Amino acid sequence: MSEKNLLEMKGIGKTYFGTQVLKDINLGVKPGEIHGIVGENGAGKSTLMNILFGMSVIHSTGGYDGEILIDGQNVEIFSPLEAMELGIGMVHQEFMLLPSYTITENIKLNREELKPNVFSRLFGQNIKSLDFSSMNAQARRALDKLSISIEEYVTVAGLPVGYMQFTEIAREIDKSNLKLIVFDEPTAVLAESEASSLLEAMKSIAQQGIAILFITHRLDEVVEICHNITVLRDGQHVATKGRKATDVYELAELMVGRKVEKMTRQKKQVKKKESLLQIENLIVHMPGEEVKGVDLEVFQGEILGIGGLAGQGKVGIANGVMGLYPSKGKVLIGGELLKLNNPRVSMSKKLAYVSEDRRGVGLLMDSSLEMNIVINAIQNQNRFILKFGPFSLLNSRSIREHALKMIKELDIRCTGPAQVVKHLSGGNQQKVCIARALTMNPGILFVSEPTRGIDVGAKRLVLETLVQLNEEMGMTIIMTSSELGELRSITDRIAIVTGGKIAGILKPDDSDVDFGLLMSGQKSRKGA
Amino acid sequence: MRVADKTIVSQSQEGVRVKKKIKGFLTNNMVTIMFLILGLLGFLIAGMSPFLFLMDIVTRVSRNSFLVLSLIIPVMAGMGLNFSIVLGAMAGQALLIFVTHWGITGLPGILLCMILVTPLSIFLGYLTGKLFNKAKGQEMIAGLILAFFAQGVYELIFLQLIGGVIPMDNRVLIMSSGVGVRTTVDLSFGLKYGLDWPGLTLGMPTLLRPTLPWVLSFFGVAGTGLLIFLYFSKKMVLSRLKLIAGIAALAAVLVFSINEMIVGSQVNLIRVPLLTWIVIAGLCFFIYFFSQTKLGQDMRSVGQDRHVAAVAGIQVDRVRIIAIMMSMVMASWGHIIFLQNMGAFSTYGSHEQIGLYSVAALLIGGATVTRATIGQALLGVFLFHTLFIVSPSAGRQLFGDAQVGEYFRVFVAYGVIGVTLAMHAWKKLLEASSRLEN
Ligand SMILES: Nc1ncnc2c1ncn2[C@@H]1O[C@H](COP(=O)(O)OP(=O)(O)OP(=O)(O)O)[C@@H](O)[C@H]1O
Ligand SMILES: [Mg+2]
Repeated sequence: MSEKNLLEMKGIGKTYFGTQVLKDINLGVKPGEIHGIVGENGAGKSTLMNILFGMSVIHSTGGYDGEILIDGQNVEIFSPLEAMELGIGMVHQEFMLLPSYTITENIKLNREELKPNVFSRLFGQNIKSLDFSSMNAQARRALDKLSISIEEYVTVAGLPVGYMQFTEIAREIDKSNLKLIVFDEPTAVLAESEASSLLEAMKSIAQQGIAILFITHRLDEVVEICHNITVLRDGQHVATKGRKATDVYELAELMVGRKVEKMTRQKKQVKKKESLLQIENLIVHMPGEEVKGVDLEVFQGEILGIGGLAGQGKVGIANGVMGLYPSKGKVLIGGELLKLNNPRVSMSKKLAYVSEDRRGVGLLMDSSLEMNIVINAIQNQNRFILKFGPFSLLNSRSIREHALKMIKELDIRCTGPAQVVKHLSGGNQQKVCIARALTMNPGILFVSEPTRGIDVGAKRLVLETLVQLNEEMGMTIIMTSSELGELRSITDRIAIVTGGKIAGILKPDDSDVDFGLLMSGQKSRKGA
Repeated sequence: MRVADKTIVSQSQEGVRVKKKIKGFLTNNMVTIMFLILGLLGFLIAGMSPFLFLMDIVTRVSRNSFLVLSLIIPVMAGMGLNFSIVLGAMAGQALLIFVTHWGITGLPGILLCMILVTPLSIFLGYLTGKLFNKAKGQEMIAGLILAFFAQGVYELIFLQLIGGVIPMDNRVLIMSSGVGVRTTVDLSFGLKYGLDWPGLTLGMPTLLRPTLPWVLSFFGVAGTGLLIFLYFSKKMVLSRLKLIAGIAALAAVLVFSINEMIVGSQVNLIRVPLLTWIVIAGLCFFIYFFSQTKLGQDMRSVGQDRHVAAVAGIQVDRVRIIAIMMSMVMASWGHIIFLQNMGAFSTYGSHEQIGLYSVAALLIGGATVTRATIGQALLGVFLFHTLFIVSPSAGRQLFGDAQVGEYFRVFVAYGVIGVTLAMHAWKKLLEASSRLEN
């Protein structure tokens, strides 16, 4: 790979409303190279990619400095269309899908297969009919390349996030003139097994001579597949390293600017086991994550982990209890029967939920950060409100205080509590979602994938905050995660879900072999 | 891991789902069902003869459908209810005046109007589209205000300029002062019935004007054939329930018309403006066909999410302008069809209510700000005009005053628009708060 650079970015700088978010970034990528870009939440990774893809946010806020060269030619990219014509594809950090379209329609969006008809001879290209059968065939081929078995004629709305992500990726790899693909945190919403099949697909794409820019917070992925890695910190270029010349620890240190320690928790002594939540024969109809009869008991004040492979149904449990997907069965909270299929009822029972599907979902994008943090508490619990007889006013002092506390605890990178959420980086938006759920002071907190899309440094903060809430406020936490390491570092017990049922419950310090066996469903087979 | 699997749907859930479906159907079609009931009650109270009703409804549906159909494409492109069709109506009207002045009559005159109005409406549509792109998300209000503004320009041209700056020497059309077009224009012995009754000027009064029972029987037979074809075609677009219901309805129509023919009742006197119906059917086919083309798909993409469409490289602004241009052309043709049937029009007023009434008709058919179909447009026209026909006599029967019914239908037109817009805003609010909960 000693050819010339396919892409070169020279001296790139960007200012948003007077704040410099990128400064003098240099980057070169060769054909067939997988180039990793890592950095903390808010370091400027997505901004750099948005510049490359000609996104309108960049040009409506004063453009950028520096120059971009493709195949040695100086280019100026003013719109996504121009970027695509240059052979650049991009999987954005937030979803770019049309929910009421099928997967095929999304994959072939604006690249539909056409067939001529009587009118198109008169009025041209635009009046050609859509050729659905060949569109479906091509969508199928793209999905197969990623080894995804989902039917291409399914509507996107309501799909699990993993499938949505693969739909986007399939759309990019289906492009024919592709020279360079940008993946902005594609694995953030994927379970481990899905992520590894994506990495395989990326490798084979690169082998065809297509260059890849890969942004992720999972450093082991970077070290596994990237040829070169660029580290950004606070909008500045810190280093570019070859894969062989570095490792996960050095990268983490370069990103954060200090040493990163692993999260370990001093486990408390065994608590009095008082049953708080009982789930009996819970069935949840969540496409791709079906729960087929779960029995589970959760004790007061514990942190319970739920693990398992993707598609086995671990994600469905919390979604069912919270009433977000149709479900059936019996759920008792403190001995009291919970009415299912009604999110409002679940919220009023002091249950709160941080969904695994956090990208942009549920945030009021045009409102301030502090408003987003307290809005649920205001609406459902009448907190942060001053009453004057019949009138009520927002208590802006207490809102501000609380927001500042949350910003500090979760290390939300922002210009202040009044910043509009839309202007935060993706990872920082996710922290706002977590902050909002914590603000509800729930008796039972369900968190799904709490550290997805969050950088190594902040990951620890999030987990620490959970532990702190558990220990100081006595909050019962049920954490679903596909990262076993994360579950083992903070939970008291871990339930493993296979085939829509609980395969068994393990202690965090049980051996890897035990976990592996349960997850692959072997123990149950032996027992049968 | 196949997502389409529905393995755990048990019997009881099936029951719940059916109930939910029915409930959803009722709430989604509340407006339409209400008007169905209102129309039926009005019809019964008014004690109208079916003959008079049929005669009136055939005329009204034929003259108004095209105009209402012109609203569908902007809805597809996410631009809401296009109140700016008033501009198209003005253009159509202007051409009617000129062609009348030139003395070209009958079908050739109407065709000439349509051909000449097309570039004018494309131009107006272009400007309107440009304006709407500056006011994204506010297209409906922008359209309403634009219509008021255009009214001023229109009056300036036809009251002050014509006969003055723009010479037009015509005693019948121009006011006695020599400047300005008279307040009413009479199309009799000219363009009147140009499309509806193409044989009139040729001395062939029944040319392309079959009687209603014949047309209905044709529809009965052809419709049944189509349903059966659809049911057995590979795509399985039709459920058995729909097939049976459809065939039953068509059979009823068939029995009714054959019976009328045998009895030789008055209904045989009602003649259908076949050419107009063919033109309307052509537009329906075009809209359906168009929605399956590249440009149609682009419009739907833009309609769902402008940002995502733009990132996919669709030229959002251009697509939106095209949508408005198409709607504008259709509206101008629609208004020409409307007026050739009316036979006379008020120069400065007849286009004013067009936007409002067409929108009301579309909404009554069950369309919303974000979704409108051909079927909804046609059903809406039928229900809206049913109410128009029956309310005066229903008013007389109930209150002893036909005027009450008159007020009632105006009230209904404004009311349904107001309520639908409010419901749209409310739904948006609900969606936002349900997103919060998740
Ligand atoms: N539209 C915008 N307006 C103003 N500021 C913005 C905007 N978009 C991003 N920023 C700011 O630019 C900085 C870099 O954001 P960027 O999205 O590039 O981060 P990132 O590296 O992608 O982080 P993450 O890992 O969280 O996705 C952040 O401080 C963010 O607040
Ligand atoms: Mg980002």
